[in-house]
Amino acid sequence: MSQEHTSDVPPCDLEPASDAPRPKKVRGTVYITPNRCKGCGFCIAFCPPRVLEFSDEFNAQGYHPPRFTNPDGCTGCDLCGLYCPDFAIFGVILKYAPPAGRSAPAAESGERGAL
Amino acid sequence: MKADPVGVLTGTHFLDGDQACCEGALAAGCRFSAGYPITPSTEIVERFAYRVPLVGGMFIQMEDELASSIAIAGAVWAGARAFTVTSGPGFSLMMEHIGYAAMTETPLVIVDVQRGGPSTGLPTLPGQADMMQARWGSHGDYEIIALCPTSPQECFDLMIAAFNLSEQYRTPVLFMMDECVGHMTEKVVIPPADQIEIVPRRFTTAPPGSYKPFLPDPDGVPPIARAGDGHRFHITGLTHDEQGYPAMNVNAQQQLIHRLIGKIRDNAGKIARNEEHFLDDADVVVVAYGITARVALRAVQMAREQGVKAGLLRPVVVWPFPLARIRELAARPSLAGFVVPEMNCGQMVLEVERAVAGRAPVALLSHAGGTVHRPEDILAAILDSAAAGSARRSTGQVRPAPLAEVSR
Amino acid sequence: MSAFVNLDPAVNPVEQFLRSDRMPHIWCPGCGIGTTVNCFARALLQAKTDLNKVAVVSGIGCTGRVAGYVQFDSFHTTHGRAIPFATGLKLANPDLTVVVYSGDGDLIAIGGNHFIHAARRNVDLKIICLNNFTYGMTGGQVAPTTPVGAFATTTPYGCFEQPFNLPYLAESSGAVYVARWTSFHVRQLIHAMGEALRKKGFSFIEILSPCPTLYERRNRLGDGLDMMKYFKESSVVRHGASTREVGLTFQGPIVLGKFVDTDRPDFLTSMNQQLGRTLEAQYDGCGGDHVRS
Repeated sequence: MSQEHTSDVPPCDLEPASDAPRPKKVRGTVYITPNRCKGCGFCIAFCPPRVLEFSDEFNAQGYHPPRFTNPDGCTGCDLCGLYCPDFAIFGVILKYAPPAGRSAPAAESGERGAL
Repeated sequence: MKADPVGVLTGTHFLDGDQACCEGALAAGCRFSAGYPITPSTEIVERFAYRVPLVGGMFIQMEDELASSIAIAGAVWAGARAFTVTSGPGFSLMMEHIGYAAMTETPLVIVDVQRGGPSTGLPTLPGQADMMQARWGSHGDYEIIALCPTSPQECFDLMIAAFNLSEQYRTPVLFMMDECVGHMTEKVVIPPADQIEIVPRRFTTAPPGSYKPFLPDPDGVPPIARAGDGHRFHITGLTHDEQGYPAMNVNAQQQLIHRLIGKIRDNAGKIARNEEHFLDDADVVVVAYGITARVALRAVQMAREQGVKAGLLRPVVVWPFPLARIRELAARPSLAGFVVPEMNCGQMVLEVERAVAGRAPVALLSHAGGTVHRPEDILAAILDSAAAGSARRSTGQVRPAPLAEVSR
Repeated sequence: MSAFVNLDPAVNPVEQFLRSDRMPHIWCPGCGIGTTVNCFARALLQAKTDLNKVAVVSGIGCTGRVAGYVQFDSFHTTHGRAIPFATGLKLANPDLTVVVYSGDGDLIAIGGNHFIHAARRNVDLKIICLNNFTYGMTGGQVAPTTPVGAFATTTPYGCFEQPFNLPYLAESSGAVYVARWTSFHVRQLIHAMGEALRKKGFSFIEILSPCPTLYERRNRLGDGLDMMKYFKESSVVRHGASTREVGLTFQGPIVLGKFVDTDRPDFLTSMNQQLGRTLEAQYDGCGGDHVRS
């Protein structure tokens, strides 16, 4: 019942500040517990940015857990987590780490998931 | 621990069995009841509804006996002592929840003031025809403890014993009254609270998060908890493991059911309580319970006056039935036989026959219910038994060898 | 390099409410029960309820299994009798927040009598009634909510009995909070559950939910997602609608919303008021430590 992290941003890793302009979109990622998934498709159907799809892998029960089509499109809204009847997926908003010398924008305060 | 004085109506009273039963529950610390009216039990909860708000408790009349019998279980799991009352038709409705209480090991007391049956039967007249139902009424394998008072005084005293047994063994206990005892009015002496011994509920001492509702202590009885204390336990009527989680497999069933049954069966000797009269040299043993035992005692005395050595064995705890004592008596070489008067067409006599295992004649004096036996009728049966015994002795007839013993 | 980082990762916010050692649960793919449990967990988080005081009581059936999967003092009782069990629990310890979480067959068929009486008495219980129009656990038999014309194993030629209109039944029995949502309307459901948790009195939420394996399969309605689409497309929200008019038909229009939100004294309040009035100084209130041993 291990969880998989489905984004290319490594967890718990404070990246050095980038010189890129502050992005306007909120970014998020999802965590999946593959062996709980029963392939119902709710998360895929109800994801607002439509960034999930069935993967080709099988879990222990023979279902296809979801995976990202486009990880950068995930907003961390956690609607997937809210709908999932099997508690197999949930979303988190990623925190914006400001470049050195600039304060963090107030809007993105890294709250866990949208309730 | 001692009874809480606020619920003990110390003094000498003139009460009927129903009223005394209510006082017994209050003295035992019971402060919650959910019930449904049914003759001849209604007066118990009517009195309780009147008395208990004055001592900080409550009564709720539920919409039926199904609701009553499970509401008391809910109250127990919130930490209360609880009981309900009924008679035949309601007793039938409560069967599922007696099984649920046995399976979830919920301590509670259910009073059945027996009346003529079956079905609607004779609502205002006595019977004793629910005795086997008390033992076997719910589906599945389980053991039950049942007590049978013979007087209003016992309705008081034994209710306390019933609550104590339920807490000691974490099990439902049945209180098998009958309409005659319930509606007869006699002197009832209620002692001071500090003379009443109450078995406290065995609450768990496990820290929150580690409590297992069905993990037994060495004596086979698990400590209990109550909702709201942070234990976050789970209770189910499904076959379960020690944590209370459903475990629907053969091993779990074997373990659980054998423990539940053993909890009572293995302690039958400690739970047993009988009253004996003139048994030391008895040739004819009358086995009777409830109101019938009072008539039987009179018949035994009449027999003694005629020189027949009769005696009375009165089981006070009727389930588990005192098989061991019956076997002892059956083994007496001088024994002529057993006489079993009961207000039914033969229920506890089956237990007597089973214990006797063919070693002596067992005569049933049945009565379909509606009134108590007459002493003359029981006397006649005693005399017949004695006469038949003498006849066998005079012809040198050997007592029949025991049939195959039942192993328990 | 991305400027976005993760916080301390990886615990599902709902996990603390679950008995994780019992996952995965037995509900079918596409069943809506788990979704409602998600909503329940979030409602509890928002309401900041003391979780040690929450007691969940279920009956028998698929929804009845909720009690076994949530990390509260939880009771899996007998068929139809969750409400009277919950009544005893609540009256003996009024500090508990008692939630009855069960299905339409359990609560309304065999449990129907207890439902109407607890509503009449206004016992302070929160009833989460999951309506999947069938008896799921036992294989898809007809239920008192099965719409006319639908197939079920015990009505193999089509159901011809008028189903209950549950909000109407609840309101007319005296419930003080009555709402209907579906497994699709998750945000509104969280809000409604929160309101019910805060409400003092008999609160009833009917949640229409997919049963893909039985109700849907027998009626050729697709899978869980198809039912969710039906809920989404065929429902209108009409808060305050008259409950007389929110009955359901087979795959017909659905009226959702909060229909009833009134106030009247709950059972214990009425009892204490009445007994206080009648007994005056002799009555010291009830419940709490007096009742508990």
